Amino acid sequence: MTEHVVIIGAGHNGLSCAAYLARGGMRVTVLEAAGQVGGAALTREFAPGYRVSAGAHLLYALDEGLRRELALDRYGLRMAADSLYTIALDPDGQFVSVANGALGGPGAAAADQEAMALYHRQMNRFADIVWGLKDQLPPRLGTTGRKDLFALGKLGLRIRRLGKNDMREFLRIAGINLYDVLQERFESELLKGALSLDGTLGTFLGPRSNNSVFCALHRFNQGRGYAIPAGGMGTVSVALDAAARAAGAKIRTGARVAGIDMEGDRVRGVTLEDGEQIAADLVVSNADPKTTFERLLGLRHVEAGFADRVHHLRTRGCVAKLHLALDDIPQFCGLDGEQRGQRLVVAPDLQYVEHAFNPAKYGEHSARPVMEISIPTVHDDTLAPAGKHVLSANVQWAPYDLKGGWDGAKDAFLDTCLDVLEEYAPGIRGLVSASELLTPADLEAEFGMTGGHWHHVELSLDSFFMLRPVPGSAQYAAPVNGLYLCGAGSHPGGGVMGCAGRNAARAVLAGAA
Amino acid sequence: MKTFNIDSREHYRNKVFPSPFHERQAALNENREWSRWYDYLSVPAYTCSTMEYFAGRNTCGVFDLTPMTKHRITGPDALTFLNRLVTRDMTKVKPGRVGYSVWCDDRGQVIDDGTVFHLHEGDYRLCSQEHQIDWLLINARGFDVSVVEDTHDVAALALQGPTSCAVLKKMNLPEVESITPFGLKHFDFEGTQLTVSRTGYTGDLGYELWIDPDHAGVLWDRLFEAGELHGIQPMGSEALELLRIEAGFILAGEDFAPAMHTVRHRNTRSPFELGLGWLVDFDKPVFNGRRALLREKAEGSRYALVKLDIEDNKPAEHAYVYDTRGRNIGWVTSAMWSPSAKKNIALATVETPHGETGEKMKVEIYYQRELKWHRKMADAVVVRDAFWDPPRRRATPPADF
Ligand SMILES: Cc1cc2nc3c(=O)[nH]c(=O)nc-3n(C[C@H](O)[C@H](O)[C@H](O)COP(=O)(O)OP(=O)(O)OC[C@H]3O[C@@H](n4cnc5c(N)ncnc54)[C@H](O)[C@@H]3O)c2cc1C
Repeated sequence: MTEHVVIIGAGHNGLSCAAYLARGGMRVTVLEAAGQVGGAALTREFAPGYRVSAGAHLLYALDEGLRRELALDRYGLRMAADSLYTIALDPDGQFVSVANGALGGPGAAAADQEAMALYHRQMNRFADIVWGLKDQLPPRLGTTGRKDLFALGKLGLRIRRLGKNDMREFLRIAGINLYDVLQERFESELLKGALSLDGTLGTFLGPRSNNSVFCALHRFNQGRGYAIPAGGMGTVSVALDAAARAAGAKIRTGARVAGIDMEGDRVRGVTLEDGEQIAADLVVSNADPKTTFERLLGLRHVEAGFADRVHHLRTRGCVAKLHLALDDIPQFCGLDGEQRGQRLVVAPDLQYVEHAFNPAKYGEHSARPVMEISIPTVHDDTLAPAGKHVLSANVQWAPYDLKGGWDGAKDAFLDTCLDVLEEYAPGIRGLVSASELLTPADLEAEFGMTGGHWHHVELSLDSFFMLRPVPGSAQYAAPVNGLYLCGAGSHPGGGVMGCAGRNAARAVLAGAA
Repeated sequence: MKTFNIDSREHYRNKVFPSPFHERQAALNENREWSRWYDYLSVPAYTCSTMEYFAGRNTCGVFDLTPMTKHRITGPDALTFLNRLVTRDMTKVKPGRVGYSVWCDDRGQVIDDGTVFHLHEGDYRLCSQEHQIDWLLINARGFDVSVVEDTHDVAALALQGPTSCAVLKKMNLPEVESITPFGLKHFDFEGTQLTVSRTGYTGDLGYELWIDPDHAGVLWDRLFEAGELHGIQPMGSEALELLRIEAGFILAGEDFAPAMHTVRHRNTRSPFELGLGWLVDFDKPVFNGRRALLREKAEGSRYALVKLDIEDNKPAEHAYVYDTRGRNIGWVTSAMWSPSAKKNIALATVETPHGETGEKMKVEIYYQRELKWHRKMADAVVVRDAFWDPPRRRATPPADF
């Protein structure tokens, strides 16, 4: 009899896992708590007639192989725009654009052109090492298994193949902070500010925190730039959903799993919130590791050392999501029509970014936040009524555990965001007909991700590859017979990518073989 | 009264405290020597460790157990908590019973060993060799359980030796003789509760007595009054060390390196490697170390802990152990001349596959005679049973001696 696999969560990784497992011959049921699939990769209405990518809004990491293998384009995936580049906004219109290693815009310093080309070339080479790992099953440490040693050897070889100079630079900067690296290389404060955002977005790091170079590498995608799926990020999930169904997976929404059931030392299935029990030979969790082990399984079912590592996982989200319904396209200082559709960044200099981060350490939000802005309606007129626009922004830093809680503080923070936007796009306040601010607490409530964390678990060198989320479950198999992880908390981390789901499916199929 | 109040701002001025029995001990401590046992002063030998040892085998000795690390574990999940913590099945340790066990880390390496007293339904005392509260609290996450260290709130004495039961009977503890090995009973005593367990670290008939520190003095006095005609003696830690080696009991920090204090992973030991495989119950669906121990069981252990019967009478302390072809295969961890077994005995760690009962080995003994060093390659054989294991250890009711 074919084995029955229950997947908890229909985030894009859960769906990717379902599609691969179903294609691998497993009987698959996906149980999703929300009313629709996609997790943090979805499109939904936030004001009457206005729809937005409510979680992830810019696509930069979707695995091309996965897109092809699962024929996502056949299931409706199409880009409304791609190869979008970054524009560092300036209130005086002296903006700088960064497109595939080339600087543009009135604010670009001649001295930075060459430095940017070198930075782009090196970061891409270094990022290849990180990206090269993304569809690999992480090796286990301390074994003499050939696969494990081979995988480690390959990593070593990739680094070695950089050649002497680049290898030295890679080893020098991989673990340090982006602030120092940018200071060494560039003149323009605006450019440095914008680039520093890449090292901090979605993580609890400022530009001066170690690990920020690594986080920047995790986002570097070989110069492909950013894309916006037609119909918003939900289109990716809808296509994955269709691909999984076509392969035979059953997908149920509105089915919240209350607990993972055990029989002896094996999983036996899951129990839904309404008491319904669903038997399964294997359970794969797309929920984040903390949710999976602390709430759904219960720490008592794992050994104490592992439970302790799970307990100490860092899951403090710090990105808020801002959605604005606009009566007209906002006028950002100095930008023309085409430029307003790019990835717009508010990060005027390194000090500003670091100062925006500092309060987060003490449970306060930025007085002047940084932003990553997208106006998808420039490319896609299906998201808003004719002539109207939607603005979507990732806003940092808004710590999950805000002192005093978010309840009383949300309006003020929204106001702060609008003040900042007003500086860069005068008059924008007047265009706003509706708004929505999702704090990490709201993101947690809506998407079920602990702490509202972008990566489910902080992305850092101490929780990457064979260490992600924690040793003992880094090969997707949890230290509980029959239980696997497949979400952003596992290698290779968050972002709309689909790799964690596919790798997990491979691990499950290999384990069942 | 507590020995000391950890909340007091002044507590740090004193690192080592007198036990609640201190006055009584000081009066009898002819050597005037004290050693440190974690937070307490302890007596190595009151008069002469050999005499105190013989009291433990021929009459009875009283050893102050207060410094032993103690914890109280209560709450609805107390049993499931303990079952995840230790390797053995705690559902089998009913109220009024005591279970010896070890506990491991996730690598299946022994953190410590100790005894769990099931005092009342769902109410446990865990005694450990090492300080364990951090690990216990880490273990408590996800359980509805209360774990407190109460070392300072419980005074305890070990009363060990053939006349120990007679002494307790004389103290008018009703039916104390009916307590079976690893059993316990609570008694009304001088307006407080005295708990008596038939447990100990000597491999002989013996008991352990647990009481609140305010009644420590009166317990000591009543015990010595009752024991006067039964040869009762105070006993120091040196004598206890001899008694436990004869009994074949292992000591953390001596016969194995506790996993939490070990930097080099190879130097820790699993329960199988300590000869404690009988304490590992794989029928339990989860306990710390289970997955690693299952692997070890399938793949084999690296070491074995053996009891050695060695020729001649020179204690093989710290000796290297060789196979018969002269290859170094291990080392001795505890050794002594056993007066009761009349044997030269040792506990040793050897590499597997060595360590089968009956296997012959060589032990390299260095000894001094009037300061001059001598070396001897002594023949040794691996034995299965404890060197000292008299029937009276188990007989219930114990015979009167
Ligand atoms: C504010 C924000 C902005 C982001 N912006 C971007 C971006 O621009 N570009 C980008 O690439 N990435 C972005 N990310 C990251 C990206 O959205 C996530 O890393 C990614 O969506 C995670 O996918 P996943 O499938 O692993 O998990 P999720 O999307 O979190 O899916 C998990 C699913 O499990 C379900 N679930 C949880 N518990 C249960 C239960 N008990 N029973 C049933 N179902 C359950 C949840 O409802 C959810 O659907 C952003 C993240 C955030 C929070």
